[in-house]
Amino acid sequence: MLAMIVKEFRQLRRDRRTLAMMIVMPVLLLVVLGYAASFDVSSIPVAAAGPHAAAALRGPFTVVATNPHPDAGWARNQLRDGNAGVAVVGAGNNAKVLVDGTQLFTAQAAERALANTKAKTNQDPAVQILYNPGLKTSFVMIPGLAGVILVFVGTVVTSLGVVRERQAGTLEQLAVMPLRPADVYLGKIAPYFGVAVADLAIVLAVGTSVFGVPFRGSAAVFGLGALLFVFVTLGLGVLISSVSQTQGQAIQLAIMTLLPQVLLSGLIFPLSSIVAGVRWIAYLLPLTYFTEISRGVMLRAEPIGALWQPFLYLTLLGVAITGLATLRFRAFLSPKES
Amino acid sequence: MDWGATDVTVRFGRTVALEEVSIKATKATVTAVVGGDGAGKSTLLRCVAGALAPGSGTIARPEAHRIGYLPPGQGGYEDLSVTENLQFVLSAYNIHRELDDYLERSGLAGVRTRLAGHLSGGMRRKLGVIAALLPEPELAVLDEPTTGVDPVSRADMWWLIARAAAGGAAVLLATTYLEEAARAERVLVLDAGRPLVAGPPGEVVAAMPGAIVPVPDEPADQSERRRAWRRAGGWRVWQPDGHGGLTPDLQDAVCVAAINRELSDAG
Repeated sequence: MLAMIVKEFRQLRRDRRTLAMMIVMPVLLLVVLGYAASFDVSSIPVAAAGPHAAAALRGPFTVVATNPHPDAGWARNQLRDGNAGVAVVGAGNNAKVLVDGTQLFTAQAAERALANTKAKTNQDPAVQILYNPGLKTSFVMIPGLAGVILVFVGTVVTSLGVVRERQAGTLEQLAVMPLRPADVYLGKIAPYFGVAVADLAIVLAVGTSVFGVPFRGSAAVFGLGALLFVFVTLGLGVLISSVSQTQGQAIQLAIMTLLPQVLLSGLIFPLSSIVAGVRWIAYLLPLTYFTEISRGVMLRAEPIGALWQPFLYLTLLGVAITGLATLRFRAFLSPKES
Repeated sequence: MDWGATDVTVRFGRTVALEEVSIKATKATVTAVVGGDGAGKSTLLRCVAGALAPGSGTIARPEAHRIGYLPPGQGGYEDLSVTENLQFVLSAYNIHRELDDYLERSGLAGVRTRLAGHLSGGMRRKLGVIAALLPEPELAVLDEPTTGVDPVSRADMWWLIARAAAGGAAVLLATTYLEEAARAERVLVLDAGRPLVAGPPGEVVAAMPGAIVPVPDEPADQSERRRAWRRAGGWRVWQPDGHGGLTPDLQDAVCVAAINRELSDAG
């Protein structure tokens, strides 16, 4: 047994990436779960339509948009476009409060705060929860989970593709064959792209038919967002593959990109609840923007104009990651300088 | 047109893998690179095939679609069948060939639907050789095509290699087997990244200085022991100034060259 223990320690000592992951991952998880993971909503963004519309609200409400007229259409649009979690139309007992049900924890906090407001001010405004009246978790999770599955196929599975060639010794043969790096790159990712698209279709079909998740927005806008997202995740997969020596290393790195995306993208914990010191990481993660797009389009029928920011950031991430992956891949296939 | 390398030097960090090595692969001939482990055979072949850029020296090779390359230890994608592996090569080179002839002659016809990963080591290597020769390349670079392969399969492979050369290909192969190298038109023996001897096998043997004397046991004399090697159940001793003795073959000539260099290096 001692012989095995000594052998394992020697191998582990030389596998620095695994060693680093074994040390870094617990620390990372501790920081993320300790500081970042919180379901508490400390501030609820409010759109106020009409004079003194939000004056009676008590609790963690913060007015982020105002309209001098009690325009219900404007108020709904503020929720639809994700500018606010709560909209108040009118004032006093005639006030109507609209709550965005797709922001689950914000909506639940708003319900509690509105009950508190009623007890303190004796005003009882009509409350309507939009987009997810039953505040169902599945409505909020499934659009985001579609993204997680795309990350799994796009990044984790793709990352194995290139490194498998390297380990098998076939990459050198590819490098000598009359194939352009672009042929090899696109030929490598095309099947995974197809699988990712099929997976997405399955997730959406199951989500809408089994879990009753609505698809209210434009399929074209959703498709464009998904396309961009798959583009980024595939690029990330190839990038990971090109810096890994073994399939084990590729899986480790892929999981290290998957885990923060699941924890920090707003899929589980509301972005506003993540402490600022950690929240910046969320804005570097592609899933953050895809979750915003998929929830916005599927649940709130958000138009592309209102989603320009996640589309822009996803495009920038796509260009940066795919550019880097292409460069690495090209270097990978070119004759190595001695 | 001759392909090959001229005065190629390759360094990996501080290690000199090849030092001013030249080799010529001529049309319709087989050229063998011989050497022990770490001699630099694979490095030289990688340079000629285009998988490695040398630090200095020049390489002459045809365009990528006219090169067939078998990397060391390669035998196709293990999760593709024999036929699928070859179809991939045809598709990558954008060519059409009848596979039956290759498969029949190499003994792979009966396993054409079997996954490469389920083939024996020898069969996989054969598959790799066929894949490299299938495009009917001008330059075929084969890194140890017969290592670890049974004698019957080796004969099959040599038939494939000879046929490629007869078809006009310049075949450059690496091998650890001197008896195999003796079948080549030209041979380059590498030792620790440096050329030891080069030329047609007959000329290499003819140019060997001195004589070889067979002895039954390891010589007791220290000086003789440095010039002796074990072979065919006995020992052979090189006499630098001797005459007559055994009729040497390529293996003897290479042993003598290695001993000669060792003695020269030791001063």
